[in-house]
Amino acid sequence: MARILLPTPLRPYADGAASVDVGGATVAAALDELVTRHPQLRKHLYDDAGKVRSFVNFYKNDEDVRYLEREGTALAEGDSLSIVPSIAGGAEDLSNEEIRRYSRHLIMPEVGIDGQKKLKGARVLAIGAGGLGSPLAVYLAAAGIGTIGIVDFDVVDDSNLQRQILYGASDVGRPKLQAATERIRDINPNVEVIPYETRLDSSNALEIFREYDVVADGTDNFPTRYLVNDACVLTGKPNVYASIFRFEGQASVFWAEKGPCYRCLYTEPPPPGLVPSCAEGGVLGILPGLLGVIQATETIKLVLGSGDSLVGRLLLVDALSMRFRELKLRKNPNCVVCGPNPTVTRLIDYEQFCGIPQEAAIAAASASGIPEISVQDFKAMRDRGDDFVLVDVREPHEFAICAFPESVKIPLGTLPQNLNRLSTADEIVVHCKMGGRSAKAVQFLRDAGFRKVRNLAGGIDRWAQQIDPKMPRY
Amino acid sequence: MISVAKDLLEEIRAHGRDTYPEECVGALLGRKGDPAQVVELERIENIRTERARRYEISPQDYLRVERLASEKSLALLGFYHSHPDHPAAPSAYDREHAFPFFHYVVCAVAAGQPGDVTAWTLSEETGEFEREPILEEET
Repeated sequence: MARILLPTPLRPYADGAASVDVGGATVAAALDELVTRHPQLRKHLYDDAGKVRSFVNFYKNDEDVRYLEREGTALAEGDSLSIVPSIAGGAEDLSNEEIRRYSRHLIMPEVGIDGQKKLKGARVLAIGAGGLGSPLAVYLAAAGIGTIGIVDFDVVDDSNLQRQILYGASDVGRPKLQAATERIRDINPNVEVIPYETRLDSSNALEIFREYDVVADGTDNFPTRYLVNDACVLTGKPNVYASIFRFEGQASVFWAEKGPCYRCLYTEPPPPGLVPSCAEGGVLGILPGLLGVIQATETIKLVLGSGDSLVGRLLLVDALSMRFRELKLRKNPNCVVCGPNPTVTRLIDYEQFCGIPQEAAIAAASASGIPEISVQDFKAMRDRGDDFVLVDVREPHEFAICAFPESVKIPLGTLPQNLNRLSTADEIVVHCKMGGRSAKAVQFLRDAGFRKVRNLAGGIDRWAQQIDPKMPRY
Repeated sequence: MISVAKDLLEEIRAHGRDTYPEECVGALLGRKGDPAQVVELERIENIRTERARRYEISPQDYLRVERLASEKSLALLGFYHSHPDHPAAPSAYDREHAFPFFHYVVCAVAAGQPGDVTAWTLSEETGEFEREPILEEET
């Protein structure tokens, strides 16, 4: 005679009894006798095919019968057989709305319910909500990434709309994060957006990064790029990287635990001013779309843990020839941040590291020695009909946007071979878009013996702003 | 209907806060009836690895709380668990693993802060959860 101990929820099916004494010699025989005497118990212990239900366990004197001889386990006089229900539960996985929304994912075995749950549980941080950050955030949200953090402190500008697809004309002038949050919630209300309306710097990066599984770098400047890299290395996060310029882009996944970091590839930043930014050199609007979507793809693969990521590979994209090439990247054994003997063990001053203050100081010093004329004085000269030569040192495609009709057009790079077109006897005013290139031209001309040469402060852009509102700005 | 003393409700909330962002789980011990009266709580270890969205208790712990209830001449009324960053409503997964006659108490914990606490029983007829009122008793 053995005693079967019933769990509380099954007792109502056995007339409220906590235990039932049975005579079977094995677990199977004892259970058979139990359900014969209390037929209502049958459906709770066995499925329709007569197999024991998966959420019911049997313990012979505190030993799981699965580790004995299962239902063949012998029962002797005085043994007890406990029926133990599996008690489990948890938060909702996917609602019916989510199942409909993600159905094209769910029917792919590579994603499925489990993968979609991983996406929902994932936390991704986007650095920047601009050209790269826009398609990245849009696709991550649509794909069902549960939490998306975004760091940006800019406002939407007209010139963003050519590529930053998070925003529309009605958003111009609004903080990007406000517009981005609304747009993402509209795409997928299941996504939690965490906005960080701040400049990412050494004081806040680690704290923010720790909250995320993957960081996607969509910045366009070197100090932030090195900061993101180092903070990712220090917090052990993968850095899904992309950069763009004009028609070309690069993408990779820098993950120090699995491969090289950005510093393994570029030990030091280029000298300030050598690599122009997109604001200076331009970018094909579609290119950040292409690269941002590559970042989104890599991010989702990392979350799903499937496929071959871009770890250890640098993808080079040339939109003009539409060629994709890739370079193999190796971990630098002497890397100062991810090598075995790192010297960068905490975040540093990245503006200084990238030489930005020095550049500003040099620019200020050189500018101070260059004679300038304000747009107001320049207007007075023109209005009076003074005798002077106006030189435009911008590029030909810029002349096509807007120009002074009377100007002599000599792009800065061709100035040395065009000196014969100018006379040292003339009063000369030089201009470009903002005043930077023309300052270099003035310096060059002075070095070449021109004395009566001045720079138009603020360039044609300030003229458009302060003197002639009909002049287009770009 | 289930009656729970205010301090026990606070204990459930505190447990949810303690384990956040993971789910907590515990047993409800008390007296059967209508309302069933919760007298004691017993915290139980969540043995699942993905504890952010799941809980499970070991068979040993199940047997332990059954015995504990019996020693104290109380009944095992059911279990409570938390839903981190999720509403205090039972999920499909909760339903699949639920038994009739047990009371299931769910506590929402949003961003680490415990909020709503709700109670549910599984209907024998429909196999669906039915919400039951919680009578908050002064302590």
